Amino acid sequence: MNARALLTPRENTTQMRQMLPLLRGIPAGVPVKVAARHWKPAMSDITQGLLAAFTLIVTLDADLIEISLRSLYVTSSAVLIASVIGLPLGCWLALRRFRFRRATIAVLNALMGLPPVVVGLLVYLLLSRSGPFGVFGLLFTPAAMIIAQVIILTPLIASIAHQAIRDLWADYHDLLISLNTSRGQRMRTLLWDGRRALLTAALAGFGRGIGEVGAIMIVGGNIDHVTRVLTTAIALETGKGDFALALGLGFVLIGLAITVNLAIHRLTGTEVRGRW
Amino acid sequence: MTLRHTLSLGLSLLILTAPLRAAADEMKLAVTTSFHNSGLADVLLPAVKADLDLTVHLLVVGTGQALRLGRAGDVDAILVHAKAAEEAFVAAGHAPHRTEVMYNDFVLIGPKSDPAKIADAPDVGSALSAIWQARAPFVSRGDDSGTHTKEKALWAEIGADRTAFDPGWYRAAGAGMGATLNLASGLSAYVLSDRASWLTFGNKGDLALLFAGDAALFNQYAYLPLDPKRHPHVNAAATQAFEHWLTSPRAATLIDGYRLNGAALFHFNAAASQ
Repeated sequence: MNARALLTPRENTTQMRQMLPLLRGIPAGVPVKVAARHWKPAMSDITQGLLAAFTLIVTLDADLIEISLRSLYVTSSAVLIASVIGLPLGCWLALRRFRFRRATIAVLNALMGLPPVVVGLLVYLLLSRSGPFGVFGLLFTPAAMIIAQVIILTPLIASIAHQAIRDLWADYHDLLISLNTSRGQRMRTLLWDGRRALLTAALAGFGRGIGEVGAIMIVGGNIDHVTRVLTTAIALETGKGDFALALGLGFVLIGLAITVNLAIHRLTGTEVRGRW
Repeated sequence: MTLRHTLSLGLSLLILTAPLRAAADEMKLAVTTSFHNSGLADVLLPAVKADLDLTVHLLVVGTGQALRLGRAGDVDAILVHAKAAEEAFVAAGHAPHRTEVMYNDFVLIGPKSDPAKIADAPDVGSALSAIWQARAPFVSRGDDSGTHTKEKALWAEIGADRTAFDPGWYRAAGAGMGATLNLASGLSAYVLSDRASWLTFGNKGDLALLFAGDAALFNQYAYLPLDPKRHPHVNAAATQAFEHWLTSPRAATLIDGYRLNGAALFHFNAAASQ
């Protein structure tokens, strides 16, 4: 499948026919899709989706690599920024006692379920030329997508971090108090010793971000070669009725999420032998 | 094998995958889904790139949203198909003028069995009346797009109060043309579509083109560049160059020559450019 394949579904079947050894022998006039498709469309579409994913990956399709890297770029940046904000925030909430602490935590937990479309709309209105930050011209750029995802991911990461640190703090409380540590030292110790749980928080954020479509569709605009990512490409292909390609991209997305998680576990040495 | 490694991995990912900024001239164009889904954009935009060294970034949305993006000044120009809304857009001072570029037609799609028997209807009014009388399932775009605007006008012409329709048979999808066709395909329902979207739709299932050819189904596409006086940040040089190109004989050849399975999707009808 060449670069245009992601954009023009009408060519897909022809191109898939050329690409896939299984289909290559079938003459051009014969429909590749199973004839009685309105009776059993699901099965044939899933098979075709797997084939499409396989073809896209083994041929190292240039467009696929581009949008996959952009998906990774947007979500990793958002996770990084959201972690820098969310992890210390979660830790701080676990350590400090202040008047509206319970309410703050409840709000934070509730914001984990923030609808991405609403976030997208808010960020759109803020970044629009007629909005307060319009002069920066950030709308329909990857930066706008990162901003939207940071807003979605920060409460999630902060909330999970808060719960993990709270449990750790119960264990460390007496020790850290008796050592007469400053508040900054306590936070540093807890963040460092809780790093594996915090990694889970960041990975949960990554999982939510990489599969998110509602917000980045609105603020990114799904512009080809600029703001198109895996999820918006899937939405586009579904809209064109090209379920096989949409599903193929979906399988690539799932594979990407698994690869990133495995890679991070490997790099950080978690889940090996006796350690966890 | 620590958190530091994770961070450095993340950072190197950021650096490696930082998107390259295009050096050439560029503009943002909000277009209707039919223009993009038809595949015509893939023919015109590379030619624009070659002739003008201009990269046109497409925002594929419904006409209603395209006009909204234009009013906010978030795009440089729009290409849509809803004449009344376009004229209001010009009257409000967002665009200096509207330039008609090309046309095709709307078509009525429905299940092959055609329960409302609209295939032999003399005009589109009687076809819609037949669907209405039969209470045959009908899916509406319901999203203020150009196609939805046309559908509302057609119901109004036969004196039907669309808002009083029973949602048991008249379903407003609130979605793009492709998603609406997907819904119609799943429900075996009637649906109004532009011809280009229908021809390029990949999930036809049990659906077929049942009615077309009434003059009332004429579908005009027009280009509206944003007024730089109203929106100073728009790339006025690019929108003018693009408009000039879009009304040139070169564009006419490409638009009229664009065929899918032998069928013409669009017909060029711009007045010769000055």
